[in-house]
Amino acid sequence: MIPEHEGKGGGLATRRDVLKVAGALAVGGAMPAITVRPAAATPAAMQAAIAKLIGDAKLNVGRVKLEIPPLVENGNTVPCAVAVDSPMTPTDHVKAIHVFNEKNPQPNVISARLGPRAGRASISTRIRLSDTQTVVAIAEMSDGSFWSDSVSVFITLGACLEDLI
Amino acid sequence: MSRALINVPAKAKRGEVIAIKTLISHKMETGFRYTNMGVPIPREIITAFVATYNGEEIFRADLHPAIAANPFITFHTVATESGAIEFKWTGDNGYSATEQAKITVE
Repeated sequence: MIPEHEGKGGGLATRRDVLKVAGALAVGGAMPAITVRPAAATPAAMQAAIAKLIGDAKLNVGRVKLEIPPLVENGNTVPCAVAVDSPMTPTDHVKAIHVFNEKNPQPNVISARLGPRAGRASISTRIRLSDTQTVVAIAEMSDGSFWSDSVSVFITLGACLEDLI
Repeated sequence: MSRALINVPAKAKRGEVIAIKTLISHKMETGFRYTNMGVPIPREIITAFVATYNGEEIFRADLHPAIAANPFITFHTVATESGAIEFKWTGDNGYSATEQAKITVE
């Protein structure tokens, strides 16, 4: 005879009970991975990072063009291009281009330093975005002024949500 | 050793602005991920990228974990003279990779 068919009265664990316990263990085992995930950077963290960069200077809007697709399926690789309107002469050029985000674990994305040797203030790269959010690009000019552009990006599948290894 | 792909025009006119594209294979582990046992995976990223044109620095970038795996970076420079453009990536755990591209300026 096969005892499983006897049910609860038989004193042996039923197939159903075993599955219940296994399910509970699986949920319990997965919990730490979810709960200890670091808190995401907040818009405030991004503002703090920007304030640290520009200090007391005024952040102007314009002259910078940040290009990111408005709708992104996969946050693991998001094309990101920054172009700054500047003659790139020794007296008037872009010193640096910085990119910040709101909701990744850290607000910084990239800081590129260039000079009059660049000829054209235009860079591009691929970035990770964890969630639907606003991305900000800031250009630091040789005269000490700061210019910016921001783009809000809708992410269908954020970075960091891929299968755990 | 990582594999790097560099795209620099082989020939350029003097004073021309040229586009340079670079790609290097690197997993860019963010340090914010966990194994299924809940153990944090340590950060391992490329933190800096520098390009020099005949020894003169023309571009530098500080990278953060928000840069996608296999960092792809493009930038521009003015073709001033024939010679070599050298690229160097440095990162966590003593990671370092260099690559070189030749350019002829007429």
